[in-house]
Amino acid sequence: MGAKVTLRIWRGDAGQGALADYQVEANEGEVVLDVLHRLQATQAGDLAVRWNCKAGKCGSCSMEVNGRPRLACMTRMSLFEPDETITLTPLRTFPVIRDLVTDVSFNYAKAREIPSFTPDPRVGLGEFRMQQVDVERSQEFRKCIECFLCQNVCHVIRDHPENERAFAGPRFLMRIAELEMNPADTADRREIAQDDFGLGYCNITKCCTEVCPENIKITDNALIPMKERVVGRKYDPLVWLSAKITHRTPHDTPAVPVKKD
Amino acid sequence: MTDIERLPYDVVVIGAGGSGLRAAIEARQAGWRTAVISKSLFGKAHTVMAEGGCAAAMGNVNPRDNWQVHFRDTMRGGKFLNNWRMAELHAKEAPDRVWELEAWGALFDRTPDGKISQRNFGGHEYPRLAHVGDRTGLEMIRTLQQRVVALQQEDAVRYGDPEAMIKVFAETTITRLVKDGGRIAGAFGYIREDGRFVLFEAPAVILATGGIGKTFKVSSNSWEYTGDGHALALLAGANLLNMEFVQFHPTHMVWPISVRGLLVTESVRGDGGVLRNSEGKRFMFGYVPDVFRAMYAETEEEGDRWYADPEHNRRPPELLPRDEVARSINAEVKAGRGSPHGGVFLDVSTRLPADVILRKLPSMYHQFKELADVDITKEPMEVGPAQHYVMGGVEVDPDTAASSVPGLYAAGEVSGGMHGSNRLGGNSLSDLLVFGRRAGMGAAQYLDWLRGARPSASDAEVAVAQEEAIAPLRRAGGENPYTVHAEVQQTMSDLVGIIRREAEIKTAITELEKLRERAAQVSAEGGAAYNPGWHLALDLRNIMLIADCVAQAALERQESRGGHTRDDFPGMSPEWRKINLICALHGDRVALTRQPMVPMREDLLALFDRSELKKYLTDEELPAVPGERY
Repeated sequence: MGAKVTLRIWRGDAGQGALADYQVEANEGEVVLDVLHRLQATQAGDLAVRWNCKAGKCGSCSMEVNGRPRLACMTRMSLFEPDETITLTPLRTFPVIRDLVTDVSFNYAKAREIPSFTPDPRVGLGEFRMQQVDVERSQEFRKCIECFLCQNVCHVIRDHPENERAFAGPRFLMRIAELEMNPADTADRREIAQDDFGLGYCNITKCCTEVCPENIKITDNALIPMKERVVGRKYDPLVWLSAKITHRTPHDTPAVPVKKD
Repeated sequence: MTDIERLPYDVVVIGAGGSGLRAAIEARQAGWRTAVISKSLFGKAHTVMAEGGCAAAMGNVNPRDNWQVHFRDTMRGGKFLNNWRMAELHAKEAPDRVWELEAWGALFDRTPDGKISQRNFGGHEYPRLAHVGDRTGLEMIRTLQQRVVALQQEDAVRYGDPEAMIKVFAETTITRLVKDGGRIAGAFGYIREDGRFVLFEAPAVILATGGIGKTFKVSSNSWEYTGDGHALALLAGANLLNMEFVQFHPTHMVWPISVRGLLVTESVRGDGGVLRNSEGKRFMFGYVPDVFRAMYAETEEEGDRWYADPEHNRRPPELLPRDEVARSINAEVKAGRGSPHGGVFLDVSTRLPADVILRKLPSMYHQFKELADVDITKEPMEVGPAQHYVMGGVEVDPDTAASSVPGLYAAGEVSGGMHGSNRLGGNSLSDLLVFGRRAGMGAAQYLDWLRGARPSASDAEVAVAQEEAIAPLRRAGGENPYTVHAEVQQTMSDLVGIIRREAEIKTAITELEKLRERAAQVSAEGGAAYNPGWHLALDLRNIMLIADCVAQAALERQESRGGHTRDDFPGMSPEWRKINLICALHGDRVALTRQPMVPMREDLLALFDRSELKKYLTDEELPAVPGERY
């Protein structure tokens, strides 16, 4: 039998809610999600918690633990003092559905606006040839489990929903970087990264990197190099000169149109 | 009766993991309006947990590899109980499916000449698994997810609506399939967010719901794995095949308790890791069964040489198929030579330099460091078997993935036959792709054939489905669904687990009978909006049905083969190999029948030495003319 811990959990829905205290048993080696499951099984059968793999691989159980964005399945109880009250609240940036579950559809909408992987159509099945060193940069970003903790913590949208239209957030700016650095991709997304997805809003405070459970260096390896590429594109004298001579400015693949309601 | 939202589609794919997404892509590419039902958020399905890789005989690392070798390995791994036509299609088509993923943006690890790299795995003769470190499943699901998005982007341009032709219904669960005169007419379920009921009106339904792990206490499976597709198929009148075969993957974390069952990828062994008992002995050398003796090293020195020189040495027995390794670990622990927390030691720290471990096994490093304070570059891991996969599933036509119910298809883990009595590592991801695509094609052909004559769901049937779904919320004073679920899991793990005995299985069947009555009377507190207690109450029906199938089939099959080990019948019987066990629903009870196995086609039989076939087949089944190779 483990000792009892106090969980203070936000209960409610989009309309209203409040923090409720629970005393729950916790055992050695457990994570926050274990204790939440015990709470569901013994005291609060209808407590809404989103989870799936309980192995840090699917990115479902994102929540705020004592105000810090974390995966509940990777947050060990040993992190807390034995008599500490652990406060669990839903991700603040996204609308609450119920209890600890939020509506993260914003992220899926943004994902759909970014022009997809565009290989050279002349490359046949099995004919791609890429060096490990060239795929590694994009591979780092493809480790992303889409827990959206970086989206949640980013101050551009955390308390500024008005920015959501113009700013895709670190996860999707990183997706653009991933495609741009993919050796087999042929599209250009540098201008739209700035103009449509709000790369310029990022002022590299690195909060996204700090909360990433996959330890992806989002700012250093994706966002800053992406900013450099955008600058290179916009202010490259050769690009400027060739545009002057040919009277043609290079164009990006346009962002995908959003559904009109 | 509350309102039910009716959504007309051509194809409804239940499940948004590898096979479901691949099926949906195929159906949409064939021009059919497709709905994808995802029990979780889009991109979170259990496929993300697959680590090691996707088996496909591309021959990038060893050019001798080809579909015939892969076919042979698959049949051996499944102890010749596989549906050989599925194994053939799988081996032939897997390379194209992997290359297709690459064309959709997947970034696999590379060989020095720039091709997709392939790694060694248990039971595979050559390095065969396309991989991305130890997170291959994530790469696969993300690629398929992004392919769906790419198709939606095309539709946005063409129709002004990205969801015109393919739409993902996230956090939605199907509780019943509805029929019209024997044919599929739709699927009924609820949307998690607010608990509203929906009826997908569609003539073709593809089951891609994965496995049954939540029937067992210690499992590497995610919460979604409650046997939904297996149960929906049974309830719709389809057959389940060989449900006794449950894979206990040999290596999972055993400590701390809370992570017991967390998968430790087979790649650890494929890349050089070895298993040791408490005496420091590499015990697997003592457990090589006769059917595999000629293929595995007899000394540690030979096994170690194999990694660098596979042409002149035989592989180490740590790379035997999963069922063999799991049973061996179980035996070591039982004999008192286990690790402190009831597992054995899996060591890579003395075998590979730290930087190689970090590069090849980053998730494993992370997982042990974060959850157990173990640095796998410095010390061994403690590992033990846990439920991982079910080989049994919906009986399907190999070429079209069609079940016996018109309009109902199944692909991936929910389907049966492909893996026989035991699945080789790496053959799951390739299975999802090959048969996901075929299910999408099968459904598309059915729709072509059906044309205007579409079945329609009767109001009465829909009303019954709704009553059933709402019952646990309306029932007051019933038992807690969590309690009943925990008891089912305990019963199955204790009595129908890795090693089985007649008396224990019989006890399990009696226990399950009582639990079934209790499961039918649970109540869920709270309302219909995002209420996990209610969801579990509904999932329990499926879990109970599947537990019953597994237990009954396990009692019936009096031999040991692959993922079915009978302590009281330890041998493998050629007579039993000829028999498939079929579960079907008679009334509301599971009934079991025996069905003869279709004999293997001669050209496939000819891929094996007669001496090897003799270990599996009866004398009558052996090819008539004796000789070295047929």
